[in-house]
Amino acid sequence: MNGAINKLPKGWDGLTSDFSSDQKAFKGMSWGKAMMWIFLLSDTFIFSCLLISYLTGRASTTAPWPDASIVFGLEMFGTSVPLLLIAIMTFVLISSSGTMAIAVKYGYEKNRKLCAIFLLLTALCGAAFVSMQAFEWTKLILVEGLRPWANPMGAVQFGSFFFMITGFHGTHVTVGVIFLLIMARKTWRGDFDTGRRGYFTTMKSDYVAIEIMGLYWHFVDLVWVFIFAFFYLW
Amino acid sequence: MSNTSISPAESPDQELYHSKSWWTTYVFSQDAKYIGVQYLCAATAIALVGLVLSVLMRIQLAYPELNVLNPSTYYQSITMHGMIMVIFFLTALFLGGFGNLLIPLMIGSRDMAFPYVNMMSFWVFALSLLVLMASYLVPGGPTGAGWTLYPPQSITTGTPGNLWGLVLMLVSVVLFIVGFTMGGLNYVITVLQSRARGMTLMRMPLTVWGIFVATIIALLAFPALFVGGLMLLLDTVIGTSFYMPAIIATSNFGKDLSTGGGSPLLFQHLFWFFGHPEVYIVALPAFGIVSDLFSVHARKNIFGYRMMVWAIIAIAVLSFIVWAHHMYIAGFTPWFGFFFATTTLMIAIPTGIKMYNWLLTLWRGNIHFTVPMLFALGFFITFLNGGLTGMFMGNVGTDIALSDTYFVVAHFHFTIGIAPVLVVFGAIYHWFPLMTGRMLNEGLGKLHFWITFIGAYMIYLPMHYQGLQGVPRRYFEMYDSVHATSSGLNEFITIVTIVVAVAQLIFFYNVINCALSGKKAKRNPWNANSLEWQTPQMPPKHGNWGRELPVVYRWAYDFSVPGADKDYIPQNVSSRNIGKAKVEKT
Repeated sequence: MNGAINKLPKGWDGLTSDFSSDQKAFKGMSWGKAMMWIFLLSDTFIFSCLLISYLTGRASTTAPWPDASIVFGLEMFGTSVPLLLIAIMTFVLISSSGTMAIAVKYGYEKNRKLCAIFLLLTALCGAAFVSMQAFEWTKLILVEGLRPWANPMGAVQFGSFFFMITGFHGTHVTVGVIFLLIMARKTWRGDFDTGRRGYFTTMKSDYVAIEIMGLYWHFVDLVWVFIFAFFYLW
Repeated sequence: MSNTSISPAESPDQELYHSKSWWTTYVFSQDAKYIGVQYLCAATAIALVGLVLSVLMRIQLAYPELNVLNPSTYYQSITMHGMIMVIFFLTALFLGGFGNLLIPLMIGSRDMAFPYVNMMSFWVFALSLLVLMASYLVPGGPTGAGWTLYPPQSITTGTPGNLWGLVLMLVSVVLFIVGFTMGGLNYVITVLQSRARGMTLMRMPLTVWGIFVATIIALLAFPALFVGGLMLLLDTVIGTSFYMPAIIATSNFGKDLSTGGGSPLLFQHLFWFFGHPEVYIVALPAFGIVSDLFSVHARKNIFGYRMMVWAIIAIAVLSFIVWAHHMYIAGFTPWFGFFFATTTLMIAIPTGIKMYNWLLTLWRGNIHFTVPMLFALGFFITFLNGGLTGMFMGNVGTDIALSDTYFVVAHFHFTIGIAPVLVVFGAIYHWFPLMTGRMLNEGLGKLHFWITFIGAYMIYLPMHYQGLQGVPRRYFEMYDSVHATSSGLNEFITIVTIVVAVAQLIFFYNVINCALSGKKAKRNPWNANSLEWQTPQMPPKHGNWGRELPVVYRWAYDFSVPGADKDYIPQNVSSRNIGKAKVEKT
């Protein structure tokens, strides 16, 4: 199959030839992978709507918007360091994209054990991210008195959008971590080599599932970059 | 064409789940055909609720002295009628129902790409219906905010069902979106990645094109409703103020609102960024189905197939940049209105292409006035009328004058009410043999058509006149504020509504009676070309195609080809078996 795909035309000619062909529009791509791409496209619209709503809300509220570098600052050794926690969180999440990419590589090589280990590492980074987010939320709620419906530092919409958007993203990360753990277990057990059937779907799967998982995970990281830029840096 | 070089299969045959019990065969079915029928039945059942609500509203308008509804229940009925008909009936029926039933069969696939996810899609949809209906049982009843659910009035006291009713409505809509996404991903991937050998995108029947593009629109438009709904839910439940402006907070509606500083316009933007594409989520499948009905029942190839496909795609793209034409009176700069009026009127171009192509498909065709053809013609005329009044609605100047009058009600009922419903009926009469192996009664079908079609005109034509007189919509009782001719019309409309509503019993009698003991359908009863009629068994069995998947050699519209022995050449007939027929390259 791979050989046949390499013979297909490249560039714009390839695009037209793929879309005017029969059977598959995305040649050699598994159904699951194509589905994940389309799902992520849809999910992109959700996050875009959230961020555009945030921009609108921020523009139309009359109360002053709190200074992000102060709100999200941390006290370290007696000095206040702006954006310290969030910098660590971002670093951890971006690193997890790296371990995920390595897991996908070992998946292609059908290296069962290393693939599972790197999936676990990725899950660990994800869990660390969510934990730090929980810490951040706790501090904001208990120390700063920020609530979704109240904000002692200025516009109430700050709290509303902050908890909604980071919460929605955090939910994505949490779901990702759960699926990473499931995939790690399946990989370790060798489901993709033995053709063991899925519990719910009763269908066989293969290592492409790791890549599909990776697509989702990289997407969640990419979204975080935008949330980080829009919410914390501005 | 007679493309003899058919490429080999690119992937191994799809492995299917084989059910072992009655439950997994008929209830928790993973077969797209069954899921399609489940969607059809569930959506039709909820449509009956919407229908009864509309009859109650009409009785209230014509005979306020009967007091069948009070102001609260009237607004609740408006809200539920709108939401049910647009989302839970038409969207679910066209995409979930006909999508599941027809996509795998028409493109020569064994099933949807992910049958398990497909099954979940239906059951989440069923759950959303339960949650929606549950809002009749909670304190305060369902929300009465109007189907657009505009805040702040949907949240503030004074609107019926402003707490529990609204919460259940939003939860139900979110569930619907989740369920739809599962199904929608299936439809898109199945069309893109699971076609039969020889089935290129440009050989697909227009029905599949309509449903496919509508699904893509829906996957990109529902996120806006999801986000808008989520924020409205948070405003309602935990008291955030995304949408709550300061002016509401400072006025006292019997309740101290601690919220303020939000933007109510934001919800309108999010809602209509979904709401306008939603019109085409319903209309595009209808366009596609009508194209096929015209072609099959006029025994003629569809005129300008490629233009039909590109028109569908153009409408889909344009549908995302016209949303604010629903908000001309919301209060924004006229330049904004100018932009949206321009894009709105641009939609007339691809739609006009479709209208002319249908007309030219019929022109000098061998038209059979079967029931599906009658319904398709009914759609054609109704949609044309609705489209023409759309010119008034799309222009800012005329729209501001006509806003919130019955002219608007008449306009949108013609375009996304009556027109798609006529297609639904036409499609059911056409594909009933595919579902049950039996034909529907032709005589009863014609009776049903004429009452429904003429009735629809008798209901909605007078509403245009009422709207021009300035009769406002959403009023629970008109008192003496309206002109005498208009209140007379109100009674007339209501009587016709009751007749048309009761006449739908003919349809249900026909469906139930013929499903049980109708005339057995022969294979390919309409002599159609598309693949769904070419299965080894009729109705098709699990896996659709028996041992061998079909191979496609031509488009679905080789009707009345010169030199052919029959007036149709199915898509899976190779060029060696068509004698001297002069088919064109497709």
